[in-house]
Amino acid sequence: MKPALFAYKRARSLAEAVALLGEHTDARLLAGGQSLIATLNMRLSAPSLLIDINGIGGLDGIAHKGGTVEIGALTRHAQAERSEIIARHVPLIARAMPHIGHAAIRNRGTLGGSIAFADPAAELPACLVALDGEVDATGPEGARTIKAQDFFKGLFETALGPQDVLTAIRLPAATAETRVGFAELVRRHGDYAIVGLAASARADGKGLADVRLAFFGVGATALRAKKAEAALASGNVDAAVAALDLDPHDDVQATAAVKKHLAGVILRRVAKQLLEARP
Amino acid sequence: MIDFALDISLTVNGEPVRERVEARKTLVDFLREDLCLTGSHVGCEHGVCGACTVRVNGEIVRGCLMLAVQCDGAKIETIEGLSDSGEVADLQTAFEQRNALQCGYCTPGMIAAAQDLLKRGGVPSRDEIREHLSGNYCRCTGYHAIVDAVESVAQARAGGKA
Repeated sequence: MKPALFAYKRARSLAEAVALLGEHTDARLLAGGQSLIATLNMRLSAPSLLIDINGIGGLDGIAHKGGTVEIGALTRHAQAERSEIIARHVPLIARAMPHIGHAAIRNRGTLGGSIAFADPAAELPACLVALDGEVDATGPEGARTIKAQDFFKGLFETALGPQDVLTAIRLPAATAETRVGFAELVRRHGDYAIVGLAASARADGKGLADVRLAFFGVGATALRAKKAEAALASGNVDAAVAALDLDPHDDVQATAAVKKHLAGVILRRVAKQLLEARP
Repeated sequence: MIDFALDISLTVNGEPVRERVEARKTLVDFLREDLCLTGSHVGCEHGVCGACTVRVNGEIVRGCLMLAVQCDGAKIETIEGLSDSGEVADLQTAFEQRNALQCGYCTPGMIAAAQDLLKRGGVPSRDEIREHLSGNYCRCTGYHAIVDAVESVAQARAGGKA
């Protein structure tokens, strides 16, 4: 199908984008467009105006400062995939990146777009939750920072207001004790996950502490499995699988029972990654 | 000013192009309908099939997931340009010799995606080839002959350089 008629405007500054969102209440921001344009083509959405933010300076780039890695919202997936800083300091994102779409999609898609879109089966929102990251947004009242746990509110629903622009995500840089794990099951490499898991932990002697398991594709948002986290921290993988308190629904890819079973399968794989010494 | 149509100027296969396009027109529809470059194909129109793969500023993209108005100032290369320049001649020959196509609908996108991998140099593994082509659907032949063709070209190019 073809998109319905819409107008198009290139925003030259963040302030202009925020102002345009205020003037046009059914406008949408166009970043990488890899989800938005698909929904326009399918007429699942029909905004009156697209505000193209790709030309706004200073919204891309990856920087490591003071124990934190800041990734500009317009950073393309392909940029992050090739980034030395991300490979070194945010290894969970580096592991997740090759699973996001395909090469042609990663050349256009942005990290900020993926987070703001909040697809429940997408990799990056789960990584943000697993790493306890933060999101920076700018709206009519200025800039503010939102913790990952407060950002994802529901199915495709975030803490962003109608006039907010997501400007950056911030993630804690890995230390020598940081352990991460990532796995997802898909029908075809690059597709949205049937079920996926992004995880982080801190090595504590021979065991793990601060285990954070963020499952995706099993609920309205990426979901922490807190009972399984506690079991894994005590070193018992079988108990962690048994403690998985997920309640997925059937979807077009798999039944709830299959998803629940597969969540246990990938938890075992990720537990192995978490327990490996960091290279 | 907020517009439903905009003037864009860009380079397509080395030729300067100036057109007025509707904001809602995707890049692949612009190439096919306004410029009559019908080698890029429209399959799923939501980024899944890869038949519309073209190069924008040297990088492959989905022609259905980019708007023509976003290409103001860009350098676009389609299968017509890649073919005329001879850049993918060996891939085209290998696809033909190894029967890596039947109906040919996916082939322009396959060739563009394969060339994107091979221009990085080296000989990728079959797994790497499969992963790089994972965004391109073929609904006729299956992928074995396609992977064979891409692998043989990678080996031939590496051999030619040595």
